[in-house]
Amino acid sequence: MSISLSDVKRIASLSRIAVSDAEAEATRAQLSGIFSLIEAMQAVDTSGIAPMSHAQEIVLRMRSDTVTETDQHEAFQRGAPQVEAALYLVPKVIE
Amino acid sequence: MFNSSLKELSAQLADRKISSVELTGEFLGRVGELNPVLNAFITVDPEASLAQARIADAMIASGRAGPLTGIPVAQKDIFCAKDWLTTCGSKMLSNFVSPYDAHVIERFNAAGAVNLGKTNMDEFAMGSSNETSFFGPVKNPWDIKAVPGGSSGGSAAAVAARMAPAATGTDTGGSIRQPAALCGISGIKPTYGLVSRYGMIAFASSLDQGGPMAKSAEDLAILLNAMAGFDGRDSTSLERQPEDYAKDLERPLAGLRIGIPAEYFAEGLSLDVEKAVQAAISEYQKLGATIVEVSLPNTRLSIPVYYVLAPAEASSNLSRYDGVRYGYRSANYKDLAEMYENSRAEGFGAEVKRRIMVGTYVLSHGYYDAYYMQAQKLRRLIAADFSASFEKCDVIMGPTSPSTAFDLGEKGDDPVQMYLSDIYTIAVNLAGLPGMSIPVGFGDNGRPVGLQIIGNYFSEAKMLNVAHQYQKATDWHSRMPNI
Repeated sequence: MSISLSDVKRIASLSRIAVSDAEAEATRAQLSGIFSLIEAMQAVDTSGIAPMSHAQEIVLRMRSDTVTETDQHEAFQRGAPQVEAALYLVPKVIE
Repeated sequence: MFNSSLKELSAQLADRKISSVELTGEFLGRVGELNPVLNAFITVDPEASLAQARIADAMIASGRAGPLTGIPVAQKDIFCAKDWLTTCGSKMLSNFVSPYDAHVIERFNAAGAVNLGKTNMDEFAMGSSNETSFFGPVKNPWDIKAVPGGSSGGSAAAVAARMAPAATGTDTGGSIRQPAALCGISGIKPTYGLVSRYGMIAFASSLDQGGPMAKSAEDLAILLNAMAGFDGRDSTSLERQPEDYAKDLERPLAGLRIGIPAEYFAEGLSLDVEKAVQAAISEYQKLGATIVEVSLPNTRLSIPVYYVLAPAEASSNLSRYDGVRYGYRSANYKDLAEMYENSRAEGFGAEVKRRIMVGTYVLSHGYYDAYYMQAQKLRRLIAADFSASFEKCDVIMGPTSPSTAFDLGEKGDDPVQMYLSDIYTIAVNLAGLPGMSIPVGFGDNGRPVGLQIIGNYFSEAKMLNVAHQYQKATDWHSRMPNI
């Protein structure tokens, strides 16, 4: 299966990854190779087979609605690129 | 001492022949000596390690020691360890000092084990050769021209070179078993859900599973006893009675039924690997096992299925790296969208970006049924192959990897060539079964060969028994590289 350059740019944009034109071309070739590998799946008739999302048939556990976490924002924000007054700073999105 | 078993080291600590501070110092010395060549560790922090060793010595002195108290264990850099740099092999997390401990780390700390350092790995565990690490490739201690395998390549190389008595790994598509095979050590990926994923940096959550890597099956049993167990913070952690994984080690193997899948000995398997694996199977027959033919007809589909499901889950899991709350942020951006796009473009390596893009594509509108749904349906067929086989046998055996360790750079820029080397390990993750690898000889190039042992769900104690009996009859597991 072959992927077009515009496909690559669309996927990169959906993935929030910047790609230059040169990178997009190299990525196109590699993704086409990967999708050719994946294509082998399509030859199998899977009608009537239930999808398996998980190895174990598990039911999500319920827990009581109580506070179990303590306030650790200082420890958690120590590694953040930009913090001020316990808030994460990002470029302005609303004018 | 460097080639001693965990039991031997523990006995020496108990008899006060050596203290944990001394033992840790010896291993730190060996790491310091060999790491410039092998690049197996990303972070070593002697002060932090020795502080833990002092706590362990106090536990021993007050009679509170367990089987791992005072033993240095190398931790794969995917496990968050409080106040330790935890990078997951990525530039994205190259400055991330974890504010908390993973469940696995908590367990080792509670057992009085010493964190010897954080081992190198493929970036976000995506790779089979350790060449995708931001911190440079790990070298195979048996031949420094060769890869150690991946993604837990640093842990495998550290144990093989006897820089650490034991290590941890994680296995999403073979990342414990394949590097264990390529480095000539033992490693087990438990049944999915046995070891908590809390604090284990996520790659593909329905497949990721932590496990131990060590010289022998006996050591693995001791380590798994510490690592396994219910944890409410992992929504897929299984609530089971605690089990002693060492309880069956000494059982004789008479009557053991070993399933041999023809698909694991077909085209693509190197002759020297086949020879070593067949010799191991013959050894098992001498130990009283019988051979049963089984079939895993959907094996060939496991690679395409995996390379849909794992990237799909990864694209979702790795969306958290946005340059806002932790990790790398680009210096160049004009607005929020550019900040995300440049941070991710600069912070992730090529293989991680490829997998995020594949995952994003297969989950995108109009393609979901053709790829993701189809892969999940095939996943059921792959799991059903194993269920049918375990009607006829107790364990399945075959090669772990189609060849011995390949050369650094050999697979070049073609990701597909690299993906094909996971052919024997991936199906086990898709089914959620336990799998392990033990050393059974060497290939024509003098590089180690691994035997894969696949068990039914929750049969870890049986698998470790099977591996231990072989290791009592042979000495491949105690061979050390000349380094």
